[in-house]
Amino acid sequence: MVHWTAEEKQLITSIWAKVNVEECGAEALARLLIVYPWTQRFFSSFGNLSSPTAIIGNPKVRAHGKKVLTSFGEAIKNLDNIKATYSKLSELHCEKLHVDPENFRLLGDILIIVLAAHFTKDFSPACQAVWQKLVTVVAHALARRYH
Amino acid sequence: RMFCAHPQTKTYFPHFDLSKGSDQIRGHGKKVAGALGTAVKNIDNLSQALSELSNLHAYNLRVDPPHFALQILAQSLQVVLAVHMGKEYSPEVHAAVDKFLSAVAAVLSEKYR
Repeated sequence: MVHWTAEEKQLITSIWAKVNVEECGAEALARLLIVYPWTQRFFSSFGNLSSPTAIIGNPKVRAHGKKVLTSFGEAIKNLDNIKATYSKLSELHCEKLHVDPENFRLLGDILIIVLAAHFTKDFSPACQAVWQKLVTVVAHALARRYH
Repeated sequence: RMFCAHPQTKTYFPHFDLSKGSDQIRGHGKKVAGALGTAVKNIDNLSQALSELSNLHAYNLRVDPPHFALQILAQSLQVVLAVHMGKEYSPEVHAAVDKFLSAVAAVLSEKYR
């Protein structure tokens, strides 16, 4: 089980409280598709992904980004039991979606950059460290049920 | 930031004072940034421009595993850029910088084996 200090939990929740899940999720997913274009392979049904502008404006990308980050919020609500929280999603990503877990790490890193650009100076080194830990834990939990 | 978020990277600097704001961290950070500046100026010829550094990383420093560890530094660099540039660190800028840092890491790892 992952151990979170009281200070770490505080850094996570205080940042999260100010996050617009819809905007942030949309941006994180859009950036994933732009910065690592090969990830578009999982979204062939999303329509126009032909340019950064198209990706950013794509309503399916926005909706899915919101879904993904909302799920992230579940992890934050259950910091002491992230593995269990993501058990079903892990199976889904393996059995139905066939996503290489490396992509979870990529999305996690992108989320951190989105938060950094949004919060700028408030995204302190301590914040970065805790959130880096969080995205790693989430990525591991999502990869855990792979077989 | 990298030492804070990824403590395992400190293992490469046992000879440094790693306390926050130390002269050694500032000095070394400046060195790294300087090398990246050189890389930017020689972006179409990274292999040649970074040849010495490539040798250094392969034969002396042997940062391990090469690509992964350099990727950790790349992430911290991007966070700093994002913190400073805010909205101006757009998806397009982000993509270009990420691609650039990956290319630099690849060149630095070229001679590992």
